[in-house]
Amino acid sequence: MKDVVIHVSDFCKNYGDVTAVDDISFEVQRGEIFGLLGPNGAGKTTTLESLEGLRAPDGGSLRIMGVDPVHQARKLRNLIGVQLQTSGLPDSIRVDEAMTLFCAYHGIAPRFDLLDRLGLAEKKRAQYQQLSAGLQRRLSLAVAIAHDPPVLFLDEPTAGLDVPSRVELHNLMREIKSEGTTIVLATHDMAEVEEITDRVAILLRGKIAATGSPLELTATGSGLTKVSVRTKGSSLSDSEVTFPRVSKQVFREDYSIYYSTDVGPTVAAIIAHIEARQDSLIDLRVERPSLEDRFLEIVGEGSSQ
Amino acid sequence: MNAFVYHFRFEFRTSIRNKAKLGVNYLLPLGLYAMMGLIMAPIVPGFRETLIPAMAGIAILAATTLSLPEPLVTAREAGVFRSYKIYGVPAFSILVIPAVTTVIHTLVATAIICITAPLFFQAVLPANWPGFVITVLLMAFASAGLGVLISVVSPSSQMALLWSNIIFIPSMILSGMTGLPNSMLPTAIRKASRFLPATHGMNAFREISQGLSADFNPVGSLVILMVSGILSFMLAIYLFNWDWHNATRRGHPLFGLIALLPYVVGMFLLS
Repeated sequence: MKDVVIHVSDFCKNYGDVTAVDDISFEVQRGEIFGLLGPNGAGKTTTLESLEGLRAPDGGSLRIMGVDPVHQARKLRNLIGVQLQTSGLPDSIRVDEAMTLFCAYHGIAPRFDLLDRLGLAEKKRAQYQQLSAGLQRRLSLAVAIAHDPPVLFLDEPTAGLDVPSRVELHNLMREIKSEGTTIVLATHDMAEVEEITDRVAILLRGKIAATGSPLELTATGSGLTKVSVRTKGSSLSDSEVTFPRVSKQVFREDYSIYYSTDVGPTVAAIIAHIEARQDSLIDLRVERPSLEDRFLEIVGEGSSQ
Repeated sequence: MNAFVYHFRFEFRTSIRNKAKLGVNYLLPLGLYAMMGLIMAPIVPGFRETLIPAMAGIAILAATTLSLPEPLVTAREAGVFRSYKIYGVPAFSILVIPAVTTVIHTLVATAIICITAPLFFQAVLPANWPGFVITVLLMAFASAGLGVLISVVSPSSQMALLWSNIIFIPSMILSGMTGLPNSMLPTAIRKASRFLPATHGMNAFREISQGLSADFNPVGSLVILMVSGILSFMLAIYLFNWDWHNATRRGHPLFGLIALLPYVVGMFLLS
């Protein structure tokens, strides 16, 4: 049986004459990592902020564990943890003060153990403005999860982070999820979505253009597999040469790239062609369509409409 | 510990860490005090009689109108209040706690003035200390209310600075703080100066604290300061926005002008 934690139904939000979110509906199950993906201005942050109770919807309904974010703000406070896109903490607040202050407003003892867990133990006395971007994000996250909320909203959590910090944050998200927390994540980062989310909604101009697991989404695309080939000689450089099942081909740097509907016959024909020309193969890669490919396809379809 | 008390402690510590705030709360009024004591006290007859309340008034005005609003606007612009909303920090705490910490700084500056002015500038101490303290507190209350209201109705920190100076600069010139007695001003300007909390503060100080004759009813001035302070804080909390760009407004910022009504009434009724 479905255990729906977040229920969004026919949600609309306008800013003056501009429609930011146009009649979207989706559900998020308990313990899921749900991604909201979309280009700038697609409505991701508006959707998140409305669920967080920061903006009132102009239509439809939003519920988090049955609670209306706008009219039941007090109840909502203990259900959600939020890491906003912007810093959201005073510049001169110290790490330990931030933890104590926000825990005090939740009526709980300060969770200094989270500062240790998130690698902030040595920075307890540092002011927020003195922390690196990565440490600022970790502090925001520590404060957001201090009261063990069942639902966690993260708006671009890894933006501006270096690779190790990003990997560390992803591991932490998985850990939080394993404890039963539902995570809703707005991001631009396709690799992040593909790596950690269970399901994704792709937003485009305020509407949901596609929804499903990253695997489902990539499977519903054009289905073209990318075959990249590099040879020692120039046997593939003639653009007149064609191979079976190839619907598109491009030349990029030293590679000939073929988009194939059926990879087997295509690869076999390419290898036969190289051998026939007495050329030799340096590199051959077969890549299934990525979420990024599918995303660009959807965005392309959207902008051509 | 109670969240309000912890928030107050945090805010007070922050106000000490912030060098710009410390400068406006202490350096500006105490620097002006030193200048006025050195330059004006010897050349303006009777200035020593009002030096202490005048300089206390400047300390109050500098802290409440120049130092208080801008950080609040900056915090709102930086999204700090949005976080506060999510974590359940009430608008009351966001506005009142910085106002209280600012008033504490003005009291410290006032104490420094009270202790040093008789020693360095032969200033006359208040004849009525309870009257002096009450006037200081009511003037600080009214000015802090206006400072907080300015932070709420200003769409940007630049606008907050503009509004603050619209109160601060005329107050310095017209209220009698800088040695130019209010009674010497042309009638129309004298009347107009009653639009400023500083004028009412100085008027009350003269009679209630220093035992001199007031220009108009001093008790009326205290009542106006109190009512204006109450109105300012109530309006600030009512008009408060978590985020200038997103939040649904409960009223137009111009409603803030209601806080000035007691001064308008005072212009016509007090004699």
